[in-house]
Amino acid sequence: MTKTSITLLALTTLASIALAAPQNFDFKDPKGVNNAVFTLDAPLEAISGSANGISGTVIFDPQAPAATKGRIVIAAASLHVPNPLMKEHLHGEQWLDVAKHPEISFETKSLSNVKTAGDSTTADVTGTLTIKGVARQITAPVKFTYLKDKLGARTNGQMQGDLLVMRASFAIKRSDFRINPKASEEKVADTIDLTLSVAGAAPR
Amino acid sequence: MSKTLRILALVLALAAATTWLATGGNRGWTKTSVPVKTVDEITGLEAVSYDRRFVPGLDFLGAALLGASLLAGGSFLFRNKQTTT
Repeated sequence: MTKTSITLLALTTLASIALAAPQNFDFKDPKGVNNAVFTLDAPLEAISGSANGISGTVIFDPQAPAATKGRIVIAAASLHVPNPLMKEHLHGEQWLDVAKHPEISFETKSLSNVKTAGDSTTADVTGTLTIKGVARQITAPVKFTYLKDKLGARTNGQMQGDLLVMRASFAIKRSDFRINPKASEEKVADTIDLTLSVAGAAPR
Repeated sequence: MSKTLRILALVLALAAATTWLATGGNRGWTKTSVPVKTVDEITGLEAVSYDRRFVPGLDFLGAALLGASLLAGGSFLFRNKQTTT
């Protein structure tokens, strides 16, 4: 009886440790839902588009969200605007130079102001944003939503596991990243508003 | 000849203006794709995809009106034949 109790206790402890362990969420989304929307609103011209070539991994522990680490990558060539000539310019040397700098990335350094309520955690995430080869430290407010056992519903039962949804809205300066530096601010706004909406999967 | 050019100019201007208005009178640049937003039921995320569609903008209208003006202007280079009785 004692031996059985000890075994049960050990198994329960192991299970709780396994459940509390940080999980590795993969943000390569086969459904193509993950996206980043960008807007530049200048007095003479507004430019708006999106990117969906998102990948990367985030290590997230629902029991310790402050320890979240990860790297999100956007394929620069996946940036799209509805005007074909504008898209050509956007991918060109003056703007993002996607041939030389194929990736836009954000790597976390630390989280602050972490607040958790139910499945949702909000935090100010500080990390390194690299665009066109220029790396700058930024802090962005991010909302994490941990969806336990929801991977099955999203893959029609083909995979089981958890989902992590991340939403962030923040602004960066075009001039900080040497994006089309010669353009006047009347035509091309210096402020780029970014909205990131991504979901990662941690299969079991 | 001059009359033909003027009719062509008028047809071009009217066709361009009608196309521009019929497609929503887009006051921005011409688009060859339009964003379509859908919501993922599980995650609640709004996905953005693009449908291939031609939406003429002010640049299209401007180019067509410029072409029509050139045609109309060119029509004055041709003089009507004088008929003598």
